[in-house]
Amino acid sequence: MTNPPDRSARTGRPGAPTGAVPGAVLKRLAGHRLLWPSLVLLALLLGNLAFTHDFFDIRVQDGHLYGSLIDILQFGAPLILVALGMTMVIATRGIDLSVGSTVAIAGALACEHIAGSADPGSAGTVLGAVAVALGVAVVLGLCNGLLVARLGVQPIVATLILMVAGRGVAQLITDGQIITVRSEGYHLIGGGYWLTFPFAVLLAGAVVALTAFVTRRSALGLLIESVGGNPAAGRLAGIRAAGLLTLVYVFCALCAAVAGLMISSNVQSADGNNAGLWIELDAILAVVIGGTALTGGRFSLGGTVLGALIIQTLSTTVYTLGVPPQTTLVFKAFVVVVVCLVQSPVFRAKMSRRRGRPHTRSTGTADAVGRQQEVRA
Amino acid sequence: MSTGFATKASRLTRPRPGAGSRGASTRIPLLVTAVLLVAMFTAGSLRYDGFFSTQVVLNLLIDNAFLLVVAVGATFVILTGGIDLSVGSVVALSTMITASLVEHHGWSLGAVIPLVLTIGAAGGALMGWIIHTFEIQPFIVTLAGMFLARGLCYTISTESITIDDPATVSIAQTRLYGSGGLFVSVSVVIALVVLLLAFVVLHHTRFGRGVYALGGNEASARLMGLPVGPTKIAVYAVSGLCSALGGVLMTFYMLSGYALHAMGMELDAIAATVIGGTLLTGGSGFVLGTALGVLVLGMIQTVINFQGTLSSWWTRIVIGGLLLVFIVLQRLMTGRRAETD
Repeated sequence: MTNPPDRSARTGRPGAPTGAVPGAVLKRLAGHRLLWPSLVLLALLLGNLAFTHDFFDIRVQDGHLYGSLIDILQFGAPLILVALGMTMVIATRGIDLSVGSTVAIAGALACEHIAGSADPGSAGTVLGAVAVALGVAVVLGLCNGLLVARLGVQPIVATLILMVAGRGVAQLITDGQIITVRSEGYHLIGGGYWLTFPFAVLLAGAVVALTAFVTRRSALGLLIESVGGNPAAGRLAGIRAAGLLTLVYVFCALCAAVAGLMISSNVQSADGNNAGLWIELDAILAVVIGGTALTGGRFSLGGTVLGALIIQTLSTTVYTLGVPPQTTLVFKAFVVVVVCLVQSPVFRAKMSRRRGRPHTRSTGTADAVGRQQEVRA
Repeated sequence: MSTGFATKASRLTRPRPGAGSRGASTRIPLLVTAVLLVAMFTAGSLRYDGFFSTQVVLNLLIDNAFLLVVAVGATFVILTGGIDLSVGSVVALSTMITASLVEHHGWSLGAVIPLVLTIGAAGGALMGWIIHTFEIQPFIVTLAGMFLARGLCYTISTESITIDDPATVSIAQTRLYGSGGLFVSVSVVIALVVLLLAFVVLHHTRFGRGVYALGGNEASARLMGLPVGPTKIAVYAVSGLCSALGGVLMTFYMLSGYALHAMGMELDAIAATVIGGTLLTGGSGFVLGTALGVLVLGMIQTVINFQGTLSSWWTRIVIGGLLLVFIVLQRLMTGRRAETD
């Protein structure tokens, strides 16, 4: 995508003064790549407020936080994690379609382990279940990574295999049943509270912070971007793409597994058939909305988190409005198309040619996104 | 060990499709598929009573006629190096539109089918147009199409719509008898006609050669003066049309329209195409191979049904395993020519 200085020159906010010193700050703000996702999220939240007046209310009850916003964070936590792993994969110009299956497998393994143990509530059992799920996720990630990095299979195809087979494996583990578990320790991961916050939110936040720290405070992020940006140049610069590729697929599988643990722990059961169904598409959508282009070479963790929250808010909105929840798909379709069009260089070029003045064009598209959201909301 | 072989193979896989000297290497996956199909049938015949009969083979066609049509459409797209994830949803949408118009609005089938086919083709063309004009990856555009079509299903109805319309039921239950009491359904005939048409179009028309050229190398195709844009739009339109027709056939098969019909069919269609020997990077493959691929998928299902003790999820696992084998086979055949793109 375009780099920030380039965008700041073209992305004017309505009424932003240009030239003056405060104007420069505004301009930087306007050119920030998180601006649009933030505005969309804000518009969605405000739209909700208009319908439900206590939407922003957060109250503390029994030492736990409650409220619609907390719900969005808690239910959005698995999606944030999956999207986080997906961001890394997409930064290498890859894609991982198998995360939904990994979510199902991780949940199934953990529940199977807990249900089969003598003492389902003990910390040892829960930790064992988590270890089993994460261990298998590493293996699954390695399979994807080796196919992509060593055999050179297109990522979409390589991960398609696990996407198809993984669902079957998850059902094989649960024997086609829904395994229900009663374990306080396990319930903590996805549905419990810690320090008044939902544990899932804290966990997702910690993983995001850690990832941001590791990728941005070391050269790792840059190396990953180089694999997606220009593999040939990266190879000439001596970057071992194969190792990095394997790493991102393993990381993605791990994130998906943690998300799978959260989802199954929240409902205290494992459903090999429906757990994490279509989460891969939501995750890709979150990444794209967050400004990480599918062509790789650049990623934005903050954007991904915002993207995931937007999708979760969209789902919540649809529930609040009482529209049949399945029609969320229609909204998502429009969001995908609009976001991709806005990101497409060809579309930008066409629009700028048509409208002439870059300023009006950019605000126009920003408005269009907002309007789209409001019309749908 | 295979560097020499790989480079040789990569030279062999690229020549103009339709030429006689295509090279044996692209045919190997096809050959493997054919052997696999025969082996599975033989093993099934030896193991289970009543497996070795022509009707079992015909039932394969009856049960998979709609998948065959959809997979043929997917083959067009995959040959150009694209991908269409919307096919399953478009099938579901077609069953919904057909069922709802026939049952709730009293339309005749003769009016509904052309409408459904037009919607499918127009939707596909629209996606192709977006892909071509704005240079967005086919994957993400057809993903949006998948969301949209599936979502539109729910706006029609969240419940399953059962069809009682006598005309539709009679067509669906018509059995075309051959010698010896063997029969096929009307859908099988339609599917085979579609397959034949696709074969002729791909191998004996200018458009078909354009499809292969586009998948082989888009830049070269453009430089050669081929109509890249119209071809691209057309393949997605073909895919949409085939999905819609597949949806109509599925409506006959299920005698209902339901938003949850054809879940995951896009994967089955892609799997059938790959198992049938079409390269996912485009430019090489056979539509008749796709038919073999569909039969292999159907055969897996049949064997699992005959076994009785195996649960349905084994189908998915076996299909996944087969996909793995064939994709690795493709890579070994073509070498590491194409970078991951």
